[in-house]
Amino acid sequence: MEHRLKTPISEDDVSALRAGDLVWISGTVYTARDKVHALLQSGEELPVSLEGSVIYHCGPLIRDGEVLSAGPTTSGRVARYTKDVVSRGARLIVGKGGISEEAEALRGKAAYLAYPGGCGALAARHLKVKKLHLPDLGMAEGLWELEAEDWGPMIVATDSYGGDLYREARRSWKENPKT
Amino acid sequence: MRRDDIVEATLAVLTRAETTLPPWVMEMIEKAAREEASPIARSQLAAILENVEIASSDVVPLCQDTGLPVFHLEIGRDIQIPPFLEEAIAEGVRRATETIPLRPNAVDPLTRKNTGDNTGQGMPDLIIDLVPGNTLRITAFPKGAGSENASFLSMQNPADDPLEYVAREVAKRAGRACAPVFVGVGIGGTFDLAPRLAKRALFNMPGSSDLELDLLSRINEIGPGPMGLGGRATALAVKVETALCHTASLPVAVNIQCWANRSASATVRDDGWSID
Repeated sequence: MEHRLKTPISEDDVSALRAGDLVWISGTVYTARDKVHALLQSGEELPVSLEGSVIYHCGPLIRDGEVLSAGPTTSGRVARYTKDVVSRGARLIVGKGGISEEAEALRGKAAYLAYPGGCGALAARHLKVKKLHLPDLGMAEGLWELEAEDWGPMIVATDSYGGDLYREARRSWKENPKT
Repeated sequence: MRRDDIVEATLAVLTRAETTLPPWVMEMIEKAAREEASPIARSQLAAILENVEIASSDVVPLCQDTGLPVFHLEIGRDIQIPPFLEEAIAEGVRRATETIPLRPNAVDPLTRKNTGDNTGQGMPDLIIDLVPGNTLRITAFPKGAGSENASFLSMQNPADDPLEYVAREVAKRAGRACAPVFVGVGIGGTFDLAPRLAKRALFNMPGSSDLELDLLSRINEIGPGPMGLGGRATALAVKVETALCHTASLPVAVNIQCWANRSASATVRDDGWSID
């Protein structure tokens, strides 16, 4: 199934998503990598509200306010903070590689979307810079507020019901090696 | 050899490496896309191909992780090595960071302070071979963190099956490393030689020996497919480099390279330079 979503993301938007569905996003997207997540966990207030937000695991390449390349970073590094992000109201997390054992933190509240890793130039065509928050963290680690327009397709990799394509892929090769 | 030639050649190979892919890499990805049955796997490979097209035509980095500056230098034994060699390559990296541009990725490992221009202590990383001839060949091989973080070294027991170990570990890690990946394997040598063999294996891609093809199919039998989301293509190629090891040792190192297997080469002579 295909979903064209606009931010802020509602509870209903999330509950309509099932693993394997395709999603396009328009509206505000916040980048967050290692340092922003560490701040969040230490209890610091972020300069933006995450209620109904889309969090993008990404350290973009930006010049003069223009997004040049902005693919996802490996979500595994910040997976342990999923609970912190979700408890502050984030409803969609976009990244690559999945959040494996932390996926349970999404249940009933949020979904994880996979954007093809390395596809920075492709993503850049759909993303514009609105504002850089926390500029002291630098280009890759800063919190970029981006405006997305018809950005996708991303794949619902982990839905809010526990459906998880990564787990399926691991299970299928453990139980039934491809020949 | 002129300093400016080395600086310009470095900038040129970085620009090409960051914004395009070598034709043989594109052919492998295109072939994998044709062979995938799963619609999700096909969508990932189609996005990759579209992405490379956009990056090449807009001359922007195809991945926002423009990597750490790694170079393979093949130094002709008949040249007089210029005293400014390392410094000129670092200058090329600084210019590339500004003009392409590259994301400033290089930080102090302890303070995490970013130098801002991708150079500093130990960077760029120059891997040097002496070769016959009177030229200097510079190959840019920018290395992103996703696949580097998935790479590994293990001091195995000589009784272990290193190929089984490599296949299992690569299958486990490839989803996070932007599969389909290229797998550089170093077997033997010492604790520090094995990873350099694995890195050199990436320079010498793709492998075509029976052993390499066997390892490739083992990985793809158990691997989770493109981006770990299911499908056939977990790895596109495997290259194995070996060296003698101690009778009591079995070092095994694997340097994983994501699908964005970026590289470009130039040759510098006494009177100028040219890109391949």
